[in-house]
Amino acid sequence: MSELLIKNGRVFDPINSINGDIMDIAIKNGKIVDDIPLSPDTKVIDASSMIVMPGGVDAHSHIAGSKVNSGRIMCPNDGRSGIEKRTKITRPCSGYTVPNTFAMGYRYAKLGYTTVFEAAIPILHARHTHEEFGDIPIIDKGGLVLFGSNWQVMEAVRENDIEKLAAYVAWGLSASRGYGVKIVNPGGGEAWGFGKNVSGLHDTVPNFDVTPAEIITGLAKANEMLHLPHSIHLHCNLLGKPGNYKTTIETMKLLEHIKPSMDRQVVHITHLTFNAWGGTNWGDFESKADAVADYLNQHDHVTVDMGQLIFGNATTMTADGPMQYANARLLATKWTNGDVELEDASGVVPLSYIRKMYIHDIMWAVGLEVALLTKNPWQVLLTTDHPNGGPFVNYPEVIALLMSARKREEEMSKLSNKMRDRTTLSGIGRELDWYDIAIKTRASHAKILGLTDHGKGHLGAYADADVTIYHINPDQVDAGREHATVKKAFEKPAYTIKDGKVVAMNGEITATPEGRTFWVNASVPEEDNTRLMKDLRLKFRKYYSINLANYMVQDSYVKHPVVIKAGGS
Amino acid sequence: MKCDVNIITGRTIDQGANIDSKLSSDYFNACARCEIGAEDLKTLGLSEGSHVKVSTRFGSVVVSLALCDGNPEGVAFIPMGPWANTVVNPDTHGCGMPGFKGILGSLEPTDEKPLDLKALMSLYRE
Amino acid sequence: MEITDAICSFCGSLCDDLTVKVEDNKIIDVKRACRLGASKMLGHERINSPMIRNEAGILEEASFDSAIDKASQILLHAKRPLLYGWASTSCEAQSKGVLLGEILGAVVDSTASVCHGPTTLGVQEKGLPTASLGQIKNRADLIIFWGCNPIHAHPRHMSRYSGYLPGFFLDRGRQNRKFVTVDVRMTETAAISDEFLQIEQGSDYVVLSALRALVNGKDDLVPDVVCGVSKEDLVRLSGMMRSCRFGAFFFGMGLTQSKGRYKNIDCALSLTNDLNTQTKFVITPLRGHYNVTGFGQVCSWQTGFPAVDLSRGAPYYNPGEMSANDLLMRDEVDASLIVASDPAAHFPSTSVRNLAKMPLIQIDPYANATTEIADVVIPTAIVGVETEGTAYRMDGLSLRLRKLVDSDYPSDEEILDKIIKKVSRKGDVC
Repeated sequence: MSELLIKNGRVFDPINSINGDIMDIAIKNGKIVDDIPLSPDTKVIDASSMIVMPGGVDAHSHIAGSKVNSGRIMCPNDGRSGIEKRTKITRPCSGYTVPNTFAMGYRYAKLGYTTVFEAAIPILHARHTHEEFGDIPIIDKGGLVLFGSNWQVMEAVRENDIEKLAAYVAWGLSASRGYGVKIVNPGGGEAWGFGKNVSGLHDTVPNFDVTPAEIITGLAKANEMLHLPHSIHLHCNLLGKPGNYKTTIETMKLLEHIKPSMDRQVVHITHLTFNAWGGTNWGDFESKADAVADYLNQHDHVTVDMGQLIFGNATTMTADGPMQYANARLLATKWTNGDVELEDASGVVPLSYIRKMYIHDIMWAVGLEVALLTKNPWQVLLTTDHPNGGPFVNYPEVIALLMSARKREEEMSKLSNKMRDRTTLSGIGRELDWYDIAIKTRASHAKILGLTDHGKGHLGAYADADVTIYHINPDQVDAGREHATVKKAFEKPAYTIKDGKVVAMNGEITATPEGRTFWVNASVPEEDNTRLMKDLRLKFRKYYSINLANYMVQDSYVKHPVVIKAGGS
Repeated sequence: MKCDVNIITGRTIDQGANIDSKLSSDYFNACARCEIGAEDLKTLGLSEGSHVKVSTRFGSVVVSLALCDGNPEGVAFIPMGPWANTVVNPDTHGCGMPGFKGILGSLEPTDEKPLDLKALMSLYRE
Repeated sequence: MEITDAICSFCGSLCDDLTVKVEDNKIIDVKRACRLGASKMLGHERINSPMIRNEAGILEEASFDSAIDKASQILLHAKRPLLYGWASTSCEAQSKGVLLGEILGAVVDSTASVCHGPTTLGVQEKGLPTASLGQIKNRADLIIFWGCNPIHAHPRHMSRYSGYLPGFFLDRGRQNRKFVTVDVRMTETAAISDEFLQIEQGSDYVVLSALRALVNGKDDLVPDVVCGVSKEDLVRLSGMMRSCRFGAFFFGMGLTQSKGRYKNIDCALSLTNDLNTQTKFVITPLRGHYNVTGFGQVCSWQTGFPAVDLSRGAPYYNPGEMSANDLLMRDEVDASLIVASDPAAHFPSTSVRNLAKMPLIQIDPYANATTEIADVVIPTAIVGVETEGTAYRMDGLSLRLRKLVDSDYPSDEEILDKIIKKVSRKGDVC
């Protein structure tokens, strides 16, 4: 029986519409409860003059699996930049953009985050992802699974057999112990198998006679047919190319008429920093974040995340293989590629974002513009697409930028004039408040993922007792002026509490429990499954390099599973 | 009689198939050998199966000779293993990897016999 | 009893289609395995019991407890212990190895340092443009084997992944593909190739550079003869590379162990990168032991580096300084733990001499050259035969090895766990 009472904090819990009220939060056996009778065994945390929020949730971060490890292997220089010694309770740490697994867990916990979702798992490599999950301490995890260039998907779409497609999605999630449908440059991964790419939503994928648009809508329909907790999660075509905002908006339009099966978006479009771009080449490159935000302001079927750029080192990693090769050639830097048979592509390219390089300056502005120009705070998540835009440890910097026009102005003074001319950022006076930040760093992440009913992102009764307490008094700090104080407070929360246990205090780890792994088990009609398995058996016999019997992730790799059931109604 | 060679070491299927039975005669036969081309065999004036002493500036070892038509003149191949390692270059050139290939040395006839694995290893415990 | 879809734990190909026949808890037949895999599965003589070397220099049988005790004492008293090997055991055991390294402040290095270690250094320079083996099976119409001899070292590689089987885009298998072998000598792999380019020993970097020049249209930079190869032959090969639809470059120790070491790899990676401006090309190292790839993966995700010196309490990595042979050459190591490998058979004699003179603990199912110089020997179960575990195929694909028969031997993981408990202080993270 462990009991904990957090007294007199200023609570920001947007899912329960609590906006800075002074409240007590009671915890019993790892869950939030309405109240507990005070006993001598009750541990009390005095949170007066402090901010209390649900534990942070990150819906899009690359934290585990083959491409993260490829990043570590090709960048020992990065490993050396985050060295921390072993302590009595922690394993040693390394890395900045690609930390080792232990650092991944500790640093998220020290930052007040308790749930993080890996954004791209090829089914074939899912076992590896789960092995790394097992070595990431403290935080709860889940993963989005790649379906956008998968042969079985494209064939079912071509046959217009959405039932079979849904059966495959359900099977793929089960095979990978995955949580949701990720689509990266749909069709592009297959084209990259012969060194090509698709040129837009209506280009035909070579050899498969389907278009990216058909793949996206097919998967969206299958996703809703299965009542999956999360919507499709999309990395758009033409990402990383000037002028791609048109494709981004066109993609959103494509899905206007699809009905969500739950109270959530139909599509989550990820890391807008890389696909709200205008211009026709790198010379006339400009931000079109305003156009994208205009669309978002008129439509609620789409949510997005920032993928905010952070100046300094990053390691870009994505299933978008052709984009990564283009990146590596453009920057004349090292390049790892990892095509995955029958499923997708991938690439890893380390780089540095440099101030006064106007393209980077403009990209830096794009993420902020999208977040600030979109009126509904629930619609835009705070992410850095770790480690593509930059490492997640920089979230406090992004929070400070969103809360302070003055900080933005200070930053802009260090950047090129082209950035001012080609973005709208200098004209934006909006400053987000604590409630907005709570939405953008936990509440909306949980809602978009469909995790609120599973105890994440809020402090209502029966929620997981994941709570973060920040050393800052909203009555005394003017975030617009005192942005440095804000940043500092978010860098080192006073307490991070996971399942009712204090796991970090003032930037030090205090306990290292093992986290859970969410995955979705969706049921489908037997006849759809029978048709599917006939296709799959053929694929394994002829085209995969391993047998079906050795493909699925075995249960022993998911030590603490939380299985969410889905499927047709 | 003596023959200068560039020595390379490496895996063979016989070496591999006996990798977990290193005390067997099959492993000995697979590894205590040196493969050279016909010209070099002629230079040495020896036939297949004769014993030969392999010497480099790092050491010497006695192994059996085998003919390998694929070897160009002046290239000797010794399967990776304790015999080969007596003559390889320990210098890693600062990258962790010793010189297992491209070691200059010589072959010459000998009356000595190759040591078996136990005898060869016992030298290290002296 | 027949067990289907068994995975072979011999080489980095991890063939997963074996059918194993078991009678009375003994494997009596293995279908589809190559000679290497079959010889392992059908079994070799084992170490019967733990052993400790006595004062007369003879290995004497001992109990597991006393051998583990002795091993722990040796490790606790060492100032510069080396934990080496790891290529033929599971990721779970490797993971324990890293943890033991942390507790002891040891150097943890794998057999990659005498195998594809230079490949990793090349990858650190240029990245690794690669693909899963099935991608190659389905698409590659040009296969290059450079400094490797898969017929000997990976006997089923060609028939499963790199040549003979039809693929989605190549319905006639071998007939749709061209094989090119580049080597110092005419190997069996060269003999069945469509083209064989015989180069002078140690000239790989020069020949690769000439190919890069040709691929990038700088023909005039290439002289008439390059290290024994005519320009004409090089022009033909570069033409094949540029005009194929999907090329796959496999390489082995011929590149990593010859003059230039990691620079050869750097050059091959750059060539692959350049070729992608004109067609599709990928490159894959042919990894030897069945889970040497796994060690690189586990050590990298746990410490950030593919091999690690933990003597500072935090991960430190500097190949060429803290690699096993460099440490041994400098005579720095004062005790070693050798798991699932045989450095006494595969290190240069200078290193072996320095290994032999200090206390050495061996954990392995089989007696080998290292047993001859070991002070404590602890026999264990064979992963993939007698115990389950994870292994990574040469292309980075993780697979779950099966247990096929029961065994009285403990697993590597269990032994390491017991040592960890003995050497760690109470309350420490482990």
